Amino acid sequence: MNQHHLNYLDQLESESIHIFREVAAQFEKPALLFSGGKDSITLVHLARKAFAPGKIPFPLVHIDTGHNFPEALEFRDRLVNEVGATLIVRKVEDTIRQRSLTEPKGKFPSRNWLQTYTLLDTIEEFRFDCCIGGARRDEEKARAKERIFSVRDEFGQWNPKLQRPELWNIYNGRIHKGENVRVFPISNWTELDIWNYIRYEKIDLPSIYFAHDRKVIEHEGQLVAISEFVQPADSDTVLTKKVRYRTVGDMTCTAAVESNAATLDEVINEIISTRISERGETRIDDKVTEAAMEDRKKNGYF
Amino acid sequence: MDLLRFITAGSVDDGKSTLIGRLLYDSKNILIDQLEALEKSTKNKENGEVDLALLTDGLRAEREQGITIDVAYRYFSTPKRKFIIADAPGHVQYTRNMITGASNANLIIILIDARQGVVEQTRRHSIIASLLKIPHIVVAVNKMDLVEYSQDVFNNIVIDYREVAKQLGLADVTYIPISALDGDNIVDRSKHITWYNGKALLEFLEDVKLDSDINLTDARFQVQVVIRPQTEDLHDYRGYAGKIISGIYKKGDKVKVLPQGIETTIASVEIAGMEVEEVFAPQSAVIQLADDIDIGRGDSIVKIGNLPLVSNELEVLLCWLDDKPLISGNKYLLQHNSRQVRAMVRNVEYKLDVNSLQQQPVEGNVKLNEVVKATIKTASPLVYDGYEKLSENGSAILIDETSNSTVAAVLIRS
Repeated sequence: MNQHHLNYLDQLESESIHIFREVAAQFEKPALLFSGGKDSITLVHLARKAFAPGKIPFPLVHIDTGHNFPEALEFRDRLVNEVGATLIVRKVEDTIRQRSLTEPKGKFPSRNWLQTYTLLDTIEEFRFDCCIGGARRDEEKARAKERIFSVRDEFGQWNPKLQRPELWNIYNGRIHKGENVRVFPISNWTELDIWNYIRYEKIDLPSIYFAHDRKVIEHEGQLVAISEFVQPADSDTVLTKKVRYRTVGDMTCTAAVESNAATLDEVINEIISTRISERGETRIDDKVTEAAMEDRKKNGYF
Repeated sequence: MDLLRFITAGSVDDGKSTLIGRLLYDSKNILIDQLEALEKSTKNKENGEVDLALLTDGLRAEREQGITIDVAYRYFSTPKRKFIIADAPGHVQYTRNMITGASNANLIIILIDARQGVVEQTRRHSIIASLLKIPHIVVAVNKMDLVEYSQDVFNNIVIDYREVAKQLGLADVTYIPISALDGDNIVDRSKHITWYNGKALLEFLEDVKLDSDINLTDARFQVQVVIRPQTEDLHDYRGYAGKIISGIYKKGDKVKVLPQGIETTIASVEIAGMEVEEVFAPQSAVIQLADDIDIGRGDSIVKIGNLPLVSNELEVLLCWLDDKPLISGNKYLLQHNSRQVRAMVRNVEYKLDVNSLQQQPVEGNVKLNEVVKATIKTASPLVYDGYEKLSENGSAILIDETSNSTVAAVLIRS
């Protein structure tokens, strides 16, 4: 093998670092949207590498639904501390109160949709001109057509018609006042790429990504953890199962998968052999309509 | 395992969507829930097979508004390679879509309908491939099932295409007879096309050599951002961060900073804060210089003895990407990697017919999808190479300062 050859993970990493540096140079007030999941943990790792030996030159912003896994919050605080980054937390609960929004009801009350309000308020509060997100194009088909630099209007809306052509490695981040750019440095990574990179770089993850015992109920074939946010009905059978999480979102809308995979190698093997997509397996909210993501994006969602 | 980016070119009727669907499906990169969604929306179920073309179906907004977004990206991988497909829709605005999708591609699959042979579209796709210097070309002769897997039909198409390739100077062309609908020669070799001894399409995509696509000879580096931690222990640290465009850099290299023209030496090369022996394309690296020079974003660091061109007057091919036409005398921003300069388009000499390569006179303003030869004058000099020699350092975009849109793709000539 040629000694000046980069494997595909090195190539993806280099592309993402290049994007991070373009953000730092082109925007006055960027922010990194941090959810606590593996994709945003990977983003932080890449940002660190992009600006080393300096620190990450923008804050991490957590739009907190209040429905977090405690393990993910602990991990977040530890990571922020270790990286020496600034953390900004804005709570969906506060937005609900201040704007007298209607709290979602039902057994799995997802605040996922309401995050958009908090996000847009936060953008305005801090005058962020760019928000870096961990979306990947392999996640679903609206993402597949979004640019790496995605311009949003003052309502945060994505307009698929007005996307700028994105050629070579040249990114045009120029915007008018009030507009905002969402930048997705890991657009070209797949779920498996992320896992392989986590192994390759020995990136630390919250413990819930690995098999552990948990009290769950079954809902339309998916396992949902019992927590202060999700209570079993009388008709539910509460089971203790060995599970892990494939994505980490809200406790109310993220399903667990049954698994014995306790190590990265085992998790990766399971993901390679699984025949269901990440969103399909673990997101309770995405099944509502096929165009759910497209709609949310157009309304200012990540 | 490495990475191959490719684009598929063909009109809707050539079976492009079916081909992409087939590649994803047969390489087991479609998952059950995606397949279920597919089965639900499959209209044509006569033979019990799902319509693979629906996998690349558009968004609701596209259907409702009758638009097509220029490029969608698809991903799949095999144990040998990760693949990124730029899927550019056909028909209207094709030149713009294809240039956008092809700008990063190592390879292009040009689909030809076996019943139609080489048609005007084939010629157009090939011309764009030659303009953009896509290194590898696969001519996939599709729908072989509809011509009874005839070797004669295939051979005649190959003879016709060789003529096109010769005219355009396309060197690396591979011909594969396929049937995307039935999966012949896509992932597995066809049982029907017994006279063909070459590789199936996926086998070829896995094996095509990519190392020589990266130029390791002409060292080019442009500063994206200056890293200055200004902490106590890194008080004097000043690192120039950027992606190596081409070539190799190491400590001790005698370099020249352009366009300033100052000579100095490399003090260290780093990846992610760690000093390394050397850095090479396409790594994202940090370079430290021996002397304290005023360098900023967009400045180039190159090696003495192998210099790029420096000029504020450029001969270019422009592909116009915007609905609003090019107005001569208007000022634009030209972005060349990370360097932005004010620019004016002057002397639009001729229009290039992308179906015939003929030069035609330009009447009125340059419009969407037109490719023209022009001169660009920039407010400060650009450090570049001809696109033909080093595409990564010979490409740029034009931005309309009032709308902030990306309005043109620029291929700089040496």
